[in-house]
Order: sequence, then C-alpha cells, then structure tokens
Amino acid sequence: MKARRFLDESGVLVGLVVVALIFGALIGPQFFRAANLELMARQTVIVAVAALGMTMIIVSGGIDLSVGSIVSLSTVVVALLLKTHGPALAAFGAVAAGAACGAVNGLLITQLRVVPFIVTLGTMLLVRGAAKGLADERRIEAPITWLNDLLRTARDGRGWLLPTGIWITVALAIVVALMLRYTRLGRHLFAIGSNERTARLCGVRIDYTKFAVYTLGGALAGLAGVMEFSKLSVGDPTVAVGLELDVIAAVIIGGGSLLGGKGSVLGTLAGAAIMVVIQVGCSQQGLPNWVQQIVTGTIIIGAVALDRWRQKSA
Amino acid sequence: MRGVRKAFGATIALDGVDFPVRSGEVCALVGQNGAGKSTLMAILAGALKPDAGVMRVEGAPYAPRHPLDARKAGVAMIYQELSLAPHLTVMENIVLGVEPARSGVIQRDRMRETAAAALTELGHPDMSPDAMVGDLSPAGQQLVEIARALASGCRVLVLDEPTSSLSHGDVRTLFDLIGRLKRQGHAIVYISHFIEEVKEVSDRFVVLRDGRNAGEGITAQTRAEDIVGLMVGRALEDLYPRSDRTAGDAILEVEELMPGSATFTLRRGEVLGIAGLLGAGRTRLLRTIFGLEPVKSGRIKIAAYSGPATPQARWRQGMGMLSEDRAGEGLARTLSIADNMTMTRLESLGPAFAVLPARQDAAAARWIDGLAIRCSGPRQAVAQLSGGNQQKVAFARLLHHDVDVLVLDEPTRGIDVSSKAQIYRLIDELVSSEPRDGLKAVPYRYRDADHETTAPRNGLKTVPYRDGDAGSDTTPPEKTSVGDGLQPVPTRARAVLLVSSYFPELLGVCDRIAVMSRGRLGPARPASEWTEHALLMEASGARAAS
Repeated sequence: MKARRFLDESGVLVGLVVVALIFGALIGPQFFRAANLELMARQTVIVAVAALGMTMIIVSGGIDLSVGSIVSLSTVVVALLLKTHGPALAAFGAVAAGAACGAVNGLLITQLRVVPFIVTLGTMLLVRGAAKGLADERRIEAPITWLNDLLRTARDGRGWLLPTGIWITVALAIVVALMLRYTRLGRHLFAIGSNERTARLCGVRIDYTKFAVYTLGGALAGLAGVMEFSKLSVGDPTVAVGLELDVIAAVIIGGGSLLGGKGSVLGTLAGAAIMVVIQVGCSQQGLPNWVQQIVTGTIIIGAVALDRWRQKSA
Repeated sequence: MRGVRKAFGATIALDGVDFPVRSGEVCALVGQNGAGKSTLMAILAGALKPDAGVMRVEGAPYAPRHPLDARKAGVAMIYQELSLAPHLTVMENIVLGVEPARSGVIQRDRMRETAAAALTELGHPDMSPDAMVGDLSPAGQQLVEIARALASGCRVLVLDEPTSSLSHGDVRTLFDLIGRLKRQGHAIVYISHFIEEVKEVSDRFVVLRDGRNAGEGITAQTRAEDIVGLMVGRALEDLYPRSDRTAGDAILEVEELMPGSATFTLRRGEVLGIAGLLGAGRTRLLRTIFGLEPVKSGRIKIAAYSGPATPQARWRQGMGMLSEDRAGEGLARTLSIADNMTMTRLESLGPAFAVLPARQDAAAARWIDGLAIRCSGPRQAVAQLSGGNQQKVAFARLLHHDVDVLVLDEPTRGIDVSSKAQIYRLIDELVSSEPRDGLKAVPYRYRDADHETTAPRNGLKTVPYRDGDAGSDTTPPEKTSVGDGLQPVPTRARAVLLVSSYFPELLGVCDRIAVMSRGRLGPARPASEWTEHALLMEASGARAAS
C-alpha cells in the first residue's frame, strides 16, 4: 500500500532513473561521471526555474504561454541595465520585468475574464515585440560580471561544489514545494484548479490568488531569463522561442494536469531532467536531433497515458 | 422481455442479485447509495463486466462488452447527468451515432424524419428538431435524450434519478410519458430515491441493500414506509426529529432584496424554509444573500453587520452556504476530504500562513467520525465517495467553520435515506436550544486537534468564530475584520435557511416556511399552518390565479 502510493507520487522519478539507465547502458559509465551529471543539471536549470512558476499556474488550472518571451525580454533587460548599473540591480530589474509581465497576464485574465490560453497567447507576442523593440532588434552586448558565472561549471572554481545557479534553483524549488503543500496560498491554488466555483463558494479570493500566481510565474520566468543571459552573456530578444512548450512539457511529464488541481514540484523537476537527459544522452550517443525530438515527444504522450492508465486501474 | 437476470459471485458490490423486468411494465429499482444500484446498471449498460451471472434480453443471451453493444441489444440508459451535445440541434442529438447517411454524406431529410417520428412517439410533435439543445430546459433535454433512445430502437429503458433536475410540472409530464412508453410495450427501469415517485410511477419494485436483493413486490400493494423499511433494513424511525427550539435574536435580516423581492428575518434557533418550484428564483436568492451574485437593491444584515456581500465576508460573519450543485460547485472533487472540509478556514491550522496537513487531517477525522462518513481516510479524494457521503463532506465544511447561519440549498438532493435522516437530525441539533447527546460531540474546536488537553467544549455552545480566531491562546488576533459584528449570545443555537423542492421535508424540518413563486418571495408563516397542498398551490401560482 505504502509502496504503491510512493510509486503513484513519484512514478516520474522512476521514469527519470529508467531513462538515465538506458543511456548509461548505451554510452557507458562515463555518462554518470560527475562532470556529465553537472552538465545535465546546468542544462536543466533554465527550464526548471520557469517550470516552477508554471507548476503553480497549471495547478491553479491556468497556463502561461508567454514564458519564452519573458525569458528573452529578461535577457535584454539584464544586458541593458548592466551597461549602467551593477549586476545585482540588473538581475533584480530583469526579475521585476518578468513579474510585471506576469502581473499584466494576471490582470487581463481576472479583469477581462478571458481564458489564460488566449491572454498569454497575446502577451507572448506582445512581450516578444517589446523585447525586440527594447533591444532595437539587435543582440545587446554587456560587460562581463559575476552574472556570467551563474551556470559556469564549478570546476572552474566558481560556486560551491555546484554552480550557484543550481543552488538557486534547488532553493527556489524547495520554497515553491513548501508553498504549494503547506500554505494557504498553495491550498487555494489547488482548490481553484480543482473547482473554481467551489473555491469561490468557500470564500477564496480568486482574482487575488490568480493575480499572485501569474505574477510569481512571471518573476520566475524573469529569473530563468537571468540564467539564460548567464549562458549567452548577451541580451538576445530572439532567444527562447518555444521555450514555454518545454516548460509546459516538464510540468505535464511531472504529473501536472492541464485541467488543474494536480501537479508537484518534484515531478516537474524530474520532468525537466528527463528531457535534458534525453537531449544530452542522444547527442553524446551521436544520435541526430530528430531522434531526440521523437523520443521526447513519445515520452510526453507516454507519461500522460501511463498516468491515466494508472489512475484508472487504481 | 423475459427475465434480465444476473448473479454475481465474489464481488463485494453485488452479491448475487436477481433483477427481472418484463415488457410493458415499470419496475422501480430502489436502494440507498452504495446498495449496488449503479453497479448493477453499469453492468446492464455494458460499462462494467460481471464476474458471474447471466443476463438475457428477450430470451437471448446478453453479454455487452461495451455500451454500444447494449444499445444494439436495445438497452438504453438515461443518466442523471444528461449526455447531450449542447451545441447541436435536437435532431442531430437524436440521431447522434446512428446518423442516416449515404456514402458518408448525412441525409438531413431522413434525419429530420427520424427525429420527428421519435418526438411524435413521445407525444411531443411540437418540439422543433432544429432547436439548439443547449437552449432547452432540463425537461426538454431529457425528452431529447429519451427520443434518442427510442430512435435507436431500444426496448429496455433505464432512467436513473430522472426527476432530480425537473420541476413539479415537468415531473408530471415525464410520468405521462413513462406511462405511454409502457403501453407501447417498452420495459422501463426506474431508479429513484423518492419513494413517492416510485409509488406513483412503478408497477413493481425491487429493493437492493448491501449488494443483495432485500425484497420486491407489487407497488400498489405495498406501503411507502415498508419500502423504506426494506431499504434501510429496519423500520424507519422518525425521519424528522424536532427537539425544543427557542427562537432567539435576529441574526439575518433581509429587507426588500432584489432579485427575489424578499423580506424576512431569521432568528437563532429556528429553521426558515423557502419552498418553490424549480426556476422560481430560490437558488438565486440564496446566492445573492451569500454574495455570489450581485445585489440589485435592498438590504441584508447579518447580526450587526451590513455592507457589501462577498463569500469571504460571509464566512467571516459566520454564515456558510451549502450549494445545490454538489459536483459543479459544492465540492472540489479531485481534492481530498480534508481539503474540502477545511477550505474556508485554513487559518489556525498552522502558524502564520502555513497549513499543516496533519492538523487538517485531524480536523477532518473528527467530522468523518462524527458524521459517519464512509471513506478510507481524510486524504481520500471526494470524487470516490458516494453521493450521500459527499454531501456530508460538504455539510461538514459548515460545521468545521462553526457558522451561525447555515444557508442550505437542497441539502438532501440525490442522497440516500439514511444520509437524509442524518442531515435532518443534524439540522435539528444545530437549532436546538438543548443539544442532545447524539451529535453533541460533533462540533469541536479544531485547536483540540493539537492540544488534546484543552478543556472539552460543551457541544454546540462554542464561542462565535472571529477572524483571527477568538479561541486561540497561542496566536494573537491577526486583524480585526470588517465582519466582526457578532455579539456573543447566551445560547449558541444556530439559524438555518433551507431551500427545498421536496415539500414533506420542508414541513418536517422547518419552523416557518415562505413560498417563492416567479421570482418573488412571499411572507413566512409557521410550518404548522401549511400543508403540502397549500405549498404547491402557492408555489405554482395556482392560488393567485383563482
């Protein structure tokens, strides 16, 4: 009984281990070397940070398609601010810009009563346009600061054991997981996602909660943008096109439901990791990009089908 | 149709049930929730496979593996929740799945003919085949659903709680229709909780209890009490208990409220009933009072508080509402029992803004025990419970919140007899001036969950709930709320505002009853001055017309 429950809640972790073992068997033990694991962790970070916000949004029954655009806007904002200010302020400004975009999403969704899919489809274009306008449709060069080290490997002597960016991600993941499980806001998100009318009947402040969750989601996307900047070391308004789909896929593989009321941080992180393991594994195995895409697509559909089948047989 | 018979071996849900229906008769299938009616019907419809047992339709072996098999064999189900496509027209729905077509192209003329024929057979040739199903009333939609069953050539028609969303007049029409189908030689299985309906519409009845045949008989020769007795397995005790009630201070005052044109005063220690037919605007009135719909004009005062209405303010002021739409609004069905029960009052289930699942579970466990909710534990998803148990979960939310005014919209709709009896008893307890032993232990302070040694509270006489939790000795009051208008009163008898379409229930439970008709609420009069007949006259506007 206990084992079964564990399997239900962490089936995606089992999936992650299985996928990793398959590639380990194909490629050999060097796949599990510390450097390679760190590489995969570093590659997971950007999607993972944005997916933390997306997990909260999807739990509440919503969706945010503007994540990729917010990431690109954020890289531009960081680069622009770095020219005149310090790196801390630049990073903060980028997160704030992301939060502002999320707040706009939240306001439009709650005040205009338009469904999140449509609103964020619109803001996806709006924000992308704003990023391009702000950058004058060019890449923005920026001075080198410690921001560029966030995702650099710890073997260069940066960060403690692991790159700082990974620590930030882990810390945020813990905060979001605790928030979802152990706070009023978290329980309210589940209630809204499970049945919005019930939440309203129970006196949950729906508009406030939705506004909060989209703002938080935007802020996390902004932070993902800072990470992206760290990787690119330039502000690029054309980067991260389609990233939102990876982010959504991570949440879905991790057990989130687009109908709302379901989802977990641990699952989402594992979901993001599965996609990276496939990506890294395929490239190290020398498999072309198209194989990798086919495998990832299969995993997304398979994960959801497996989840449904398990619920039905339970 | 001779003998649809089934026997099941080791399954828990059904333990060797026989169920014969003959053509040209209406056979009622009755039993409490969880008695196995739904399982039996799911097997009949091909949605479930029996472990053992034999089924025959017109002598031929019948073993549907799929709902489509059942339909081909002439067995059609009309479920409580109708399964129509609201954006299609009446005729498109009627022929859905069996569209007449020539090489893939729909023949609209034949489609129209089929639909019109089915509607005529039902005695409703006036219904337009081109109307949008979504625009029809619940009764009209049901008619379309039955027409669809006929169009596919069904001979066995199963109606599952068909009247639950119908008004009084529509129920009449439906019964006429059932009689008509019976005379045409169809076999009809009628599933209902309403014994009155069973008495009226059926020829024979079969009672299920705990997955077994508990009895059967000719309806006309059996008294309603005896049928209910078979369902519960014992003679029915007094369904509507009534302990001493003393009307106390006014706790809810409504003046010329629009919509509803309602004026009434609700006092502590009384149950005020609102009678009316479906569509009379009762639900809208309750929702307006609770802040779920906008107030057009008028005044609502709860104890000393009057101001803008929102659900969260209402909960703070000590008012809780039970929705009539259990699945759609009342409960978040994918969430756990504990989440559903404690949702309105997560404050104080942990320090600051935290919510500790252990405390949530402890709080829920108390109610699960107190209300005898059948479940595997506080973490079970509400969707897995039976209707009666779901309703108890929804009711427990109001008890957990410890409200003073309970606004109950059709609290017993679609639930089994023993759950009903329990809810009636609970209502009586809540308004009673002297709580009896039965449920006295039920209301509790959630803090007890964590501090077992807290002095035991004296049943219902708890301190009124305040924002920031007046009973707390560990956390300082967070803030004084807008709704902090409740004065401590000598007794803690609650007040109940009850809406129901089921008049015997209102007469049994309420102290005063007001009738709502065509969006207007009449004056409240003592329940003893009403009869079922008088309520119906008033509600249907018959009295005003004469």
